[in-house]
Amino acid sequence: MHIVVCIKQVPDSAQIRVHPVTNTIMRQGVPAIVNPYDLFSLEEALRLKDLHGGRVTAITMGPPQAEAALRKCISFGADDAILVTDRAFAGADTLATSFALASAIGQINKTHAVDMVFAGKQTIDGDTAQVGPGIAKRMNLQLLTYVSKVDALDLTTRTIQVQRRAEGGVEVLTTQLPCLITMLEGTNEMRFATMENMFRAARYQIQVWDRVTAGIEDVTRIGLKGSPTVVSKVFAPQAKTVRAEIIQTEGDEPRDLTLTLVAKLFTQHPKLGETIVRRAA
Amino acid sequence: MNADKAPPRKAGKGKFELDERLKAYQGVWVFIEHERGNVHPVSWELLGEGRKLADKLGVALSGVVLAAPGLAARRFCEEAFFHGADNCYLMEDAVLSSYRNQPFTKGLTDLVNTYQPEILLLGATTQGRDLAGSVATTLKTGLTADCTELNIDMENRSMAASRPTFGGSLLCTILTLNFRPQMATVRPRVMAMPDRDSARRGTIIEHPLGLIETEIVTKVLQYIPDDQQDKPQLPFADIIVSGGRGLKNADNFQLIWDLAMVLGAEVGASRPVVQAGWVELERQVGQSGKTVRPKLYIAAGISGAVQHRVGMEGSDVIIAINTDPNAPIFDFATYGIVGNAMTILPALTQAFKQQLAVAKMAS
Repeated sequence: MHIVVCIKQVPDSAQIRVHPVTNTIMRQGVPAIVNPYDLFSLEEALRLKDLHGGRVTAITMGPPQAEAALRKCISFGADDAILVTDRAFAGADTLATSFALASAIGQINKTHAVDMVFAGKQTIDGDTAQVGPGIAKRMNLQLLTYVSKVDALDLTTRTIQVQRRAEGGVEVLTTQLPCLITMLEGTNEMRFATMENMFRAARYQIQVWDRVTAGIEDVTRIGLKGSPTVVSKVFAPQAKTVRAEIIQTEGDEPRDLTLTLVAKLFTQHPKLGETIVRRAA
Repeated sequence: MNADKAPPRKAGKGKFELDERLKAYQGVWVFIEHERGNVHPVSWELLGEGRKLADKLGVALSGVVLAAPGLAARRFCEEAFFHGADNCYLMEDAVLSSYRNQPFTKGLTDLVNTYQPEILLLGATTQGRDLAGSVATTLKTGLTADCTELNIDMENRSMAASRPTFGGSLLCTILTLNFRPQMATVRPRVMAMPDRDSARRGTIIEHPLGLIETEIVTKVLQYIPDDQQDKPQLPFADIIVSGGRGLKNADNFQLIWDLAMVLGAEVGASRPVVQAGWVELERQVGQSGKTVRPKLYIAAGISGAVQHRVGMEGSDVIIAINTDPNAPIFDFATYGIVGNAMTILPALTQAFKQQLAVAKMAS
C-alpha cells in the first residue's frame, strides 16, 4: 500500500503580528510549522501503514525552505518526502495549487502506484479547504472530507469504510480505492518522533522536483497565470463611524458603572430588555 | 493560497473587458443545502445576500435544489421563493437522497454549464465546502472561501469577495476576473437572515441528473444524528457572554458563567482561551470558530482582533469590557466600560440581577 500525504509549511499564525501603522504583516521571526491540520492526516496515514504495511510519502509545494516541514514528517515516520518547488509556482491560488500537486502525485503514481492520498482539512493561513477536493477531482479519486474515523480498510477488495462529519451528525461511508481523505482535527494524536526517525530525518535526502520533474508542461495552468482569482486589496478592518459609547461615572466605581450601563441598556433598547427578562425567567 | 500572496496582485485600474463567451453567464445562484429533510439556514441567509447582488446586477436570483424526488424537494424550492429567489433549478433523482460528492458535483456542474450563472454561492459547511471545491475545480474557475462580505464591483461587473487573511489579522478582497461563474462560500450566521414572505412565487426549472446508482462509487451505510442536547448552541443564541485572555486564568472564567447564568445566556470565548483549554472548542467565537449574531454580546477581557471580530460583529448590541481604552473592541462595540473584567463582571452580574428584580416586580 502506498499513501501520499500532502502537507504545507505555514507561519505559526498565533505569532503573526500586524504593524500598527502600516497595516502590513510582520513576518520577521515568525516560526514556520507544519500546518497543524495536516498532522491529523499524516498520523492517520501512519496508523494505516502500521496496520497494513506499505509506504507513506509526504509531499509539499512551496519555497525551498519548506523542506524543513518535510523533514519533520520523516521524523514522525514518513518513508519518503518530495518538495515540489519552482519559481513558476509563485502566486498560485487553490486551483493552480491543486493542478501542480495533482500532476506531481501523478508522477509518483507512475513509479509507485498510489492507493490513497491524505490532505489536511484546511490550512491555518489560507483556511480555504479547497486544495484537497481539487486534487481529488483532478485525479479522479473518491473524495472523503472531514473524516473522523477510518473504520476499516480491505486491501484485497480495495474498499474503505469511514465516518464523516456532516452538519447534524456523522455519516458512515464506504468507497473504493484510490481515494483522497481529509481528517477532522482532534481525531487522533500525533505520535512522538522516535530517536531512530529523528536521525533518519536529519540524514534524509529530500527529493526536490521542479515544474518539469512534476510533469507540468503547460505553464499557463500554474502560478499566477493559472490562478483565476486575484487579490485586489488587503486592508485592515475599518472602525465603525461611531465608536463605542464609553460609560463613565464619578469615581468610576464598578457598581456605578454597571448600574448605569444596565439602566441605559434597558431604556435605549426596550426590546432587548424584554428578551433579557424573558431569557432570565 | 490566496491569503499567502504578498505583495497582493493588483487587479488593475480602469475598466476590465470580459471575454465574449463569458458575457453569456448571467444571474446569481444559491445552492440550497439540505440534510435529512431540513434546509440548512445558511442557504436562506445566502439568498438574502444573493438578492442584493442580483438587484445590483439587474439579474435574476435562483435557488438550486438537488434532492430525491418528492414533496420535500418542491417545498425547498417554495421556501427559496419565500426567501427571495425568482426561480429555482431543481434536479430530482433517487441517487441524490443524501449528499455524496460524486453525484452532487456532476449535478451542479451540469446545471452551471447548461444555464450559465455569473455567481454561485454556497454555505461554508462540511457539505458546501466539499462540493464547492469539487465544482470549482471541475469548472476550472475561481472560488473564494469563508467570505465575510460580498459586493459588486460595477466597473468590472465582478463580485468583490472579502475575507479575513493571515490568521484573521487583515481582510482581503478577491476578484475572479476572466472566469465564470464566480464562486464563493460564506459561513453560517455571517449574513443576516432575510424576511420570509410566503406570498412570493417563482418558477421551477427541472433538469435531469443522468447518473445511475451503479455508477456511484461511494455509498452511505448509516447516519448517526448528533445529540443536540449536550452541545452549546452559540450560532442561534439570543445572548452570549464571552471571555478572553484578559481574565488571566481558568478560575476567573467562572465570572463569565455567573453572568451567563443570570441572563440565561450562552458562554463564548476567544481563541486564546480555547487554546488554553479553559472552555471547549464549540464555544470559540471568531474566524476559526463560530459566527454568531445574538441580540446582545458581552465581551469581557477580549481585545477585539479581526479574528474574533468577524465572528461577532453582526450582534445587535455589543458591550465591551477591557482595561485598555485603545483596545480595538471599542472601535465597533455599542457600549464600553474601561476597567478590569475581574471587578466589572461581578458588579455587572449584580446590576442585571437588580434590574431583573425590578422588572419582575413591575410585571
